[in-house]
Formats: sequence, structure tokens, C-alpha cells
Amino acid sequence: MAEPLLRLTGVHTHIGRYHILQGVDLAVPEGELTMLLGCNGAGKTTALRTIMGLWRASNGTLLFAGTELGALATPDISRLGIGYVPENMGVFASLTVAENMTLAARERAIDRQRLDWIFSLFPALRRFWSLPAGNLSGGQKQMLAIARAMIEPRRLILIDEPSKGLAPAIVDALIEAMRELKRTATTILMVEQNFRMAQALGDGVAVMEDGRIVHTGRMAALAADTGLQARLLGLSLGAHQ
Amino acid sequence: MSSQTAEPAAIPRPPLKERLREQMPYWIVVALALAGLALIADFSTWATLTLAGLAMGMLIFIMASGLTLVFGLMDVMNFGHGAFISIGAFVGGSVLLGLGGWAVSSSAALNLAAVLLAIAAAMATTGALGWFFERVIVKPVYGAHLKQILVTMGGLIVAEELIRLIWGPNQIPLPRPQVLKGSLLIGEIVIERYRLLAVALGLAIFAGLRWTLVRTKLGLLIRAAVENGEMVEALGYRVRRLFVQVFIAGSALAGLGGVMWGMYDEIITAQMGLNILVLVFIVVIIGGLGSVDGCFIGALLVGLMANYTGFLAPKVALGSNILLMVAILLWRPRGLLPPGKGR
Repeated sequence: MAEPLLRLTGVHTHIGRYHILQGVDLAVPEGELTMLLGCNGAGKTTALRTIMGLWRASNGTLLFAGTELGALATPDISRLGIGYVPENMGVFASLTVAENMTLAARERAIDRQRLDWIFSLFPALRRFWSLPAGNLSGGQKQMLAIARAMIEPRRLILIDEPSKGLAPAIVDALIEAMRELKRTATTILMVEQNFRMAQALGDGVAVMEDGRIVHTGRMAALAADTGLQARLLGLSLGAHQ
Repeated sequence: MSSQTAEPAAIPRPPLKERLREQMPYWIVVALALAGLALIADFSTWATLTLAGLAMGMLIFIMASGLTLVFGLMDVMNFGHGAFISIGAFVGGSVLLGLGGWAVSSSAALNLAAVLLAIAAAMATTGALGWFFERVIVKPVYGAHLKQILVTMGGLIVAEELIRLIWGPNQIPLPRPQVLKGSLLIGEIVIERYRLLAVALGLAIFAGLRWTLVRTKLGLLIRAAVENGEMVEALGYRVRRLFVQVFIAGSALAGLGGVMWGMYDEIITAQMGLNILVLVFIVVIIGGLGSVDGCFIGALLVGLMANYTGFLAPKVALGSNILLMVAILLWRPRGLLPPGKGR
């Protein structure tokens, strides 16, 4: 079996006096979209932030394509080809859409073909290209946040709850865009609370509880097993279908 | 491809109320000037005081602009900024006094060369000291405000004592070069030459800072990092390295402000940095921590207020800027133009 692109082994993270991640073991296979599910407070966001180096792991190893991330600073982790879309989207409200994208492209010029591709997925970004990002709606900001992570080819993209607070129609547009992104064989680790979105996009799934991974498997298997969903996620059949 | 190739948006105009709210801080400067005119009731006196206020405001802006960016970028409260003002004044003053022949020469070119050399020496010294100060004093206390206040205040006190050790305990007179002495008289309006230079220099620095912030990649990074430094790091940029550059530039600007203020007052003292720091902090707070535009407007307001009240009611002049700050914070608790709106 091929070595996963990202492997977390026994990762612990403390924030102040709180012990949030309590020995996370997680493998993210290359070219797949792995869903990280779990209730509020399970440690999903902390897991993504620990991978990005925004919070430091107090123990354990985080191997990305053979490189140990634990000792690296966040900019160095990003430059390994890891994109990050935080829960609050992290768009720069005072900067225009164009400036947000220019920053994401770093020292390179924005690739025309790639930008056209992004515009085809998120037409609003073309329309509001010269506007401050602060003027965008919540859904458009989320599109910008994801577009920023897509503007350069990345080996891995971490996305934290992209559907949070968005209308169903916007969520559908995001699902379509993520399907397009998946076709480029980009590896994605996505935290999501919306099981409909998780079901539509996930290849693999990992479920967190109290700072640990309590289940890993294929998303299709979890989607087909309502009993397992109820046990792991507290979902009832009517709640997500 | 370049990022300009995408089609521009048809930008919708914000509602009138929103636009007025946005522009209000700029109009306050005009309103203060008009209020001054109404109260002073003599145009030539008002014009002279207004120019003096603008010159004072510009000098404060030069000293405050670096401090506001340092706070906005890394959330650092740097009371040591006053040390760079004093050191800049003493280093620049020493150069100017050392080139005494040039400064009193009848040649305007030699006069200006002396001023430029004094400014260059002040900025180079305070820039280098800024780098040292950031590495040794500020870096160990990132994220701890109380410690920042204590250690940077300590740094300021040590710097003051070092100045007394090197230059002696007494204040040093710093006469202006010949070309900057005297006044122009337009009608009954008295315009000091030196104040004109201060206004021109302040405007040039404001324009340069605005250009850097709006037109360059470095400025783009600074604006983004002031808003969300963590996200800038997650995009692959080293915010701390950026911060050190801004800290050095801010320290150099403080040095420039110090030598200019020294020539403005025509006297330099070891504690001048601490004295001016009060006004600098008022300006930074009024403007909105981290905002260069806000800092500029705040500096103009403070300069005008100090000069108008100094003329109209000298007894309240000392506290007038505190009252101004209180009034503005009651109206806008985050300052006139807090960052995050493109400033």
C-alpha cells in the first residue's frame, strides 16, 4: 500500500492548560479527499491548525511527503505546497479580490489559465475582482478563500468547514467546485459538519471525538451505514437526508 | 499572466450615509480649522497658527507613523520609540553642529547639504539601533503587553541616561541653518520657512508611505499582515521578518522626526523623546492603532488643536489634546480610521 501524503502519529496539542489533541493518528492518502468529521469541540480545527504549525504539537510526528512538519514554521509548511482555508475564511477584507489572489500566488505571477478555470467555478470573483473583499457576501468570501488556495497547484489543501453558515444553493456551488478541484488529483483534508456535503465529496473519512480519531474508513461505507452514523456522529436518518 | 488581466468589476456605490460616515474623519480637520477661524476672528493670525499647527502635526506624523505600523503588525506596545526620537535629535544635531561652517554659510546649497547629512546620520543610527532594540528587547516579549510596556520603557530610560553620559546633562541649543531661518510675509500672514519645510517633508513622507502601502507588494503584505498576520504566514510569508523591516523603518522615521523637532524647537534635551511620546501615542490612538491614514489625520488634529488652544486659552492648551482624544474615542472607540478598511 502506498505511503499516505500526510501521516499524523500520536499527535498531542496543548493550548494553554487545555489538552486538545490527545494522540491523533491519521493518514491522508495522496489524490483523495479525506473528510474529518466530529462534534463541536472534538479537535478537528486544532488538528488542521497543528498541521499548519499555527499551534505547536507537544508530542507526536507529522510527516508530509517524508518531511517532518513539527519543527517547521508556518510559512515553511505553506511553501511545501500546503494550502489552508481556515474556519473564518481568513480573507483580507481591506484588500481587493485581486490583491487577495496576488498574495496567494506569492512571488509568481497569476497563471492566466488557472485563473480562468477558477472564474469558471466562481464567476462572482471575476465580477468583484476590483472590489474590497470585505464587501463580498459570506458565500463569496468562502469562494475567495478556496480560490486563494487553488490559485497555485498545491499538493495538499486543508479546508475547515467551508459550508458553515452558507445557504444551501451556495453549498451546492461549493460542492461542484470541490468536485472540479478533486479532478486535478489535489489531496484535500476537509473538516465538515454538513454531512450532505461530506457524503457528496469524501473519499475517505476519519471521525474525531475528544481529541482522538475514533473511526477511519471509506466515506461510502459510512454513508451507507446509518447505525454507524448514529453511533459516531449522533446523526438520525431524517437529519441529513 | 498579470493579475490585471481579469475584467474589472462594476463597482457599486455605497449608500450616501455610508460614504459620509467614511469621510467624516477627514472633514473633522476642516471643521476644526473653521472653528479655529471663527474663534480667533482674525484671518492672518489664524493662517499663521494653522500653518504652525500643520507643521507640528506633520512632525508628529513622521514620528508616529512607524509606531502605528509596529503596533498594527505585531501588537507591540513600544514605549522605547521615544528613545529613537531623542537619539535621532542628538546624532543629527551633532552632525549639524559639527558642520557649523556649512550651516551658517550664505550658500543655500551648503545649508541644505548640512541638513540632509544630519537627517541621514540620524536615520541611519536610529534604524540600526531599531534593529538591535527589536532583536534584544522586543523579540523576547512578543505577545506579552505588560512586559512590553515595562521593558521598552526601561529601554527608553537607559537610552536617556546614555545620552546624558555621551552628550552631557545639559540641553543643547540647535540653531537652524541660515536658509531655514526667518519668515516669509504674504500680506499679513507670517510663514516661517522652517514650518514650510516641515509641512513639505511630512506630506512627502505621507505620500511615500501611502504609495508603498497601496502600490507595492511590500505594502500589500503589510496591509494584509496588519489585518490578519496569521493568515499571511499561512500563505507562506514570514511576518516576523516583515515586522523587523517595519520596525527599522519606524525607528529611522522617529530619528528623522527627532532631528526635525530639534531644529523646530532649536533646542535638544535627553528627555525630549519621552515628552513627545505622549503626543505620538495620542495621535496613534486617535487615528486607530495600525492605521497610517488615521495617524495622519490624528497628527493634523493634534497640531491644530495645540496651536489654536495655545493662542485662545493657554491654560487649557496642555490638556486640550487629551480632551480631543477622549471625545474621539467616545465617538469612535477604535479610533478615527481603524485598520481593516484599506488604510
